[in-house]
Amino acid sequence: MTLKTRGRAITLLGLLLLGIVYVRAIWFTPVERLQGGAQKIFYVHVPAAWSTMLAFSLVGLASILYLLMKDDRYDRFAAASAEVGTAFACVMLTTGPLWAKPIWGTWWTWDARLTSTLFLFFLFIGYLLLRGAIPEAGTRARYSAVLGIFGAALVPFIHLTVYLFRTLHPQPIVLKPSAPSLPGEMLATLLFSFLTFTVLYVGFVTQRYAMGAGDDHVG
Amino acid sequence: MGALLRDALVIARKDLALEVRTKTGLVSALVFTALVLTVFNFGRDPTAVAALDLAPSILWVTFTFAAVLSLNRAFQLELENQALEGLLVSPIDRRSLYLGKLFANLVFVGLVEAVGLPLFALFFNVPILHVLLPLAALIAVATVGFVAVGTLLSALVIRVRFAELMLPVLLLPFLIPPLVGAVQVTSRLLAGRPLSEVSGWLRLLLAYDIVFVSLAGLLFPATVDE
Repeated sequence: MTLKTRGRAITLLGLLLLGIVYVRAIWFTPVERLQGGAQKIFYVHVPAAWSTMLAFSLVGLASILYLLMKDDRYDRFAAASAEVGTAFACVMLTTGPLWAKPIWGTWWTWDARLTSTLFLFFLFIGYLLLRGAIPEAGTRARYSAVLGIFGAALVPFIHLTVYLFRTLHPQPIVLKPSAPSLPGEMLATLLFSFLTFTVLYVGFVTQRYAMGAGDDHVG
Repeated sequence: MGALLRDALVIARKDLALEVRTKTGLVSALVFTALVLTVFNFGRDPTAVAALDLAPSILWVTFTFAAVLSLNRAFQLELENQALEGLLVSPIDRRSLYLGKLFANLVFVGLVEAVGLPLFALFFNVPILHVLLPLAALIAVATVGFVAVGTLLSALVIRVRFAELMLPVLLLPFLIPPLVGAVQVTSRLLAGRPLSEVSGWLRLLLAYDIVFVSLAGLLFPATVDE
């Protein structure tokens, strides 16, 4: 089985699991008492955020490995992971406001977590733009590895910045989501969804990686 | 260590000599700074928003815009006649090359800030004399951080299409921590608050400088070596 078909098989499995997540989330989990139906978006939002973070951390790691070993496969993996991560980030950044509007009363708030993920998203758009603008493969790999490592170093600083900013100017949040004891069905569905999104991540990255290998043969 | 710094100073002196002889870059950056400050003046309603409330943001947005524009030049001028290749084959450490470019950029941006600050005080009627020393120290600390990142990123984009547009897109996310920190500390300084109120921000700015200057020094060889 080639890498491409394997990636496709994993993605299909992921999509199947995603169907099960939807069914479970809609019919087999209790409705949250305060948030009502809006809470159900968490079964998509939180796992998408997980896949985004996984993707972007692995870009940082692959960048370091590339500069150490100069192996093209790390670069190709970083490229695939950055693209897939950006797609998951779009899911996260659209499902978030959909939930926030009815629950917080606002689409967007400059909360530490929201702001740092938004800038992470911008950072990776820049990363993909830079990759797209360099035709030569070796230069592209080196430059994007440098940017990938820089980006990884920036994330804690942005988080700290927004955290300090917020503690100096406290703002009341309409309703703070906290679920100290998640009912069993909710927890099971959420964990299952984490698994699903990880499978989807692996499937997408495998396919994109296989496409990258093809690019180099053509180019 | 001595040789590293000595070579860096040679590179910085070369860049600054070029700058002094042509003057185009520096004069344009200064005029740009003055223009941005004037534009800001018309971008607010003076009866609704007091100048002092907006002043820190105006100062720092102006400084960062001017810095982003000036940073493009550092490596761009080495492209002519393959001057960069010449620098790379010369027997100096890559880190000296980076440090030299960083020093030259710091002097350049520092000059722009030194002219921009009094202009800002004049245009917006902000009293700065009583906090001049801490304000200058803050400007220095914040500038080192974002110029260190900008110098490295400008080396990344020189061979890229649309370099002038690519640098701000890549650099602006990196400017968030120093920019927000500098604005916060400046507003406390101008309001006459004690520095102890902003010790968290000062530590953040210093940590940013340390992390990114060392990281850039470490990664610069990987950017220029084929």
